[in-house]
Amino acid sequence: MSMQIPILRLGREYESYDRVELDLGGGRGLVTHTANPGLIRRDLLRIGEARAALDAIPAETLAAYCEKAAELFMEAELPVGDGRQSPREYVESLSALTRLPYSLVRMNMTKIHAAMSQVRTVIGGLTRGMPLEIFDRGLTELGDLAVNYFPTTDSLGVSLPSNAPAVNSLWIPAPVMKVPVLLKPGREDPFTPLRIVQAMIAAGFPREAFGFYPTTHEGGDTLLTTCGRGIAFGSDATVKKYSVFPSISVHGTGRSKILIGEDLIDRWEEFLPVLVESVSANGGRSCINTSAILVPRHRDAIADALAAELAKIEPRARDDEQALLCGFANAALAEGIDGRIGSLLKEAGAEDFTARHREGPRRVEAFDQVYLQPTLVACSDPDHPLANTEFMFPYASIVELPQAAMLGKIGQTLVVSAITEDPDFIADLLLSPDIERLNLGPYPTNRVQWEQPHEGNLFEFLYHRRAIQGDVAGV
Amino acid sequence: MSSLTATTSPATTPPTPAEAAAALDAHVREMVAWHFSPETGCPYWLERAAELPFDPREIDTFADLLQFPHFDDEVLRKEDPARFIPKAFSGRPYNVFETGGTTGMPKQRIGWDDFRTDYTEFSEHYGPDFFPQGANWLMVGPTGPRRLRLAIEHLANLRGGACYFIDLDPRWVKRLIGMGEMRMAKLYQEHVIDQAATIIRHRDIGCLFTTPKLLESLAERMSLADAGIRGVFAGGTTMTPQYVRFIEEEVLEGKINFAPTYGNTLMGLAISRRRGPGEYSLTYHAPQPRAVLRIVDPEATTELVPYGEYGRVELTTLTKEFFMPRFLERDEAIRREPCDEFPWDGVGDVRPFQSGSKTVIEGVY
Repeated sequence: MSMQIPILRLGREYESYDRVELDLGGGRGLVTHTANPGLIRRDLLRIGEARAALDAIPAETLAAYCEKAAELFMEAELPVGDGRQSPREYVESLSALTRLPYSLVRMNMTKIHAAMSQVRTVIGGLTRGMPLEIFDRGLTELGDLAVNYFPTTDSLGVSLPSNAPAVNSLWIPAPVMKVPVLLKPGREDPFTPLRIVQAMIAAGFPREAFGFYPTTHEGGDTLLTTCGRGIAFGSDATVKKYSVFPSISVHGTGRSKILIGEDLIDRWEEFLPVLVESVSANGGRSCINTSAILVPRHRDAIADALAAELAKIEPRARDDEQALLCGFANAALAEGIDGRIGSLLKEAGAEDFTARHREGPRRVEAFDQVYLQPTLVACSDPDHPLANTEFMFPYASIVELPQAAMLGKIGQTLVVSAITEDPDFIADLLLSPDIERLNLGPYPTNRVQWEQPHEGNLFEFLYHRRAIQGDVAGV
Repeated sequence: MSSLTATTSPATTPPTPAEAAAALDAHVREMVAWHFSPETGCPYWLERAAELPFDPREIDTFADLLQFPHFDDEVLRKEDPARFIPKAFSGRPYNVFETGGTTGMPKQRIGWDDFRTDYTEFSEHYGPDFFPQGANWLMVGPTGPRRLRLAIEHLANLRGGACYFIDLDPRWVKRLIGMGEMRMAKLYQEHVIDQAATIIRHRDIGCLFTTPKLLESLAERMSLADAGIRGVFAGGTTMTPQYVRFIEEEVLEGKINFAPTYGNTLMGLAISRRRGPGEYSLTYHAPQPRAVLRIVDPEATTELVPYGEYGRVELTTLTKEFFMPRFLERDEAIRREPCDEFPWDGVGDVRPFQSGSKTVIEGVY
């Protein structure tokens, strides 16, 4: 008997005749019901009802619901289609579909829990401390200044990936900001967004504030282009595809980096744990994992030491608590990545330092799945094709470059951890237009501080400030 | 009234499958004699006959047509359409029709009365209430050099109405999608729908022909039932059971008759068999004997797949105007058994050939 996950049409369950069957292992199956694109558009004709349902509840109350939902997400048995799912079953099922080890699923759960339980801090960070009444009245005061914000959309569509459950934390503030959300789950991770939605509904959010649409690529396009605002995740190709739609924000390739300054480079051994964590945390699958390290000196020594540490991260079974590497649900994808790296290594100026330390090839089959073992490539040229790229496993390059040349070479970068105390270098970093998030000091690139927006500012994406003057005291 | 309960014209007592097969064989003999006789045939087939390793005039049954290789539709791009004029039609003005979304040199088929025959038969299949007699029609879709444009007008006129047209150029849509111009494709579709909505609001329209996707978009602008639409005839893209259900329940609000069809310029029009309540899987039947659809094994195309299994759609067209043996369509479908309405094989749940294994642009229209 397969578990069924129907569509949630603004809170109303709908069983589609178009379905996708997935294998949960152990003879268990999962059937997700597929929404045809037109069905999503028709639901958007009723989005006013969803918005009205959220409008009827004070934002303070919604924030409290979100905090309560955080606990339910972590601890409760929650509805999944025709059944219920305990946290343990969630971990096991998601691991079966995505090949994330249990330990990493739990780590992602913790991140989502934090985003929900600290939603006031998150929203405060996005609004720069405005009170939540801004979402009830559209009006608040900052000092003596009346401030008026209005919603730019009545819906947020989000097309989610399968490889990083924690990215769901990005949309979580939206319903607290009174914007209904329509979600397209990744094929292999219908569980996480649904579990968050069900936790929110159980905590008190109106059901009609949520749409959950497993759908096709065309359905995903429809969701993103028809909702007033859309968020997508993907590759450079995805960024390009949606670049003509100003209403869509695409979280593309991160190309996150660690830059070590001239002033601290001789102390590199102290920072080795930061480098290891930045490259390998979350199985190296996140856009906030480091994919390139720029150093002014000691490239080979650092590469050798880091490669030795990374090579210790070996494939383990998904239920092994020590597991750090993810298997690939799609073995052909692993083969493609491995083949591409292998072929680019044949170009002069690149050496796989991890090959010196690891047992066997990069791509291995173990515990009934395919893994790519951590890989660190030292490049002699920052323009080598392996120097500024990222892959869906612990992969990084290391390049030697004078400090003064670094910012000219990083290109668009989601996170930079700059290990330096040089005030001039820090000043340059603060003014760089290429860096989305800047960590100053020896912090891993995957460090998340909830009051700082991750990528873009959801509040500014969903709300727009209007100049207001005159007699607003009585409003 | 929903399409599930709508009455269709009572046909005369339908033949049995065996009688239909015998009638098909007789029709094959007549058509082969016509197309391969110097007195009536066209230059293209008369010349081809000389190259074939068999004498087409000895063909006796439909099964004998399997001696022909698959028709190569490139011929319809390369050859001058005039080479397909049967000598018997010499001197009669003709129409040049082109296929839908083709880019580059289009495939062309010439014709005289076939479209009238096909659409008269279609009209007779449905009762006077399904598409109300006397109602005006609106066609929203590819017009231009397409057979469909004249066919829908003929259908409307036959049923006592006039026909309005809103054109959509599928070649431009295909090009936009190919160029990654999603936004422009969306704007173009909106432009088409704007025009259609205007006509529906300001003219007395009772019946629609359009593609399912345009139908969806139109119904997002207005309640088609409240706007007076009573019957919708649609075709052109894959319609899964879920999609049919969605169209009938939500787009047409369970109040408008729906006639999904499968067809193209080369075949004509395959009508979908009557469905029971809650049944959304479509089965189309070719206008036999003028056209025959077979569901063949893609690896051994002389063989039919068993009933209930997917195979590639093979079309044979057998009219005096056009002879086209064993053309492999770019579609696959489930082979379905004959039924009372149509005592020959049907094709179910049509979808693009091998659509599970490659990207197919089906168009936004």
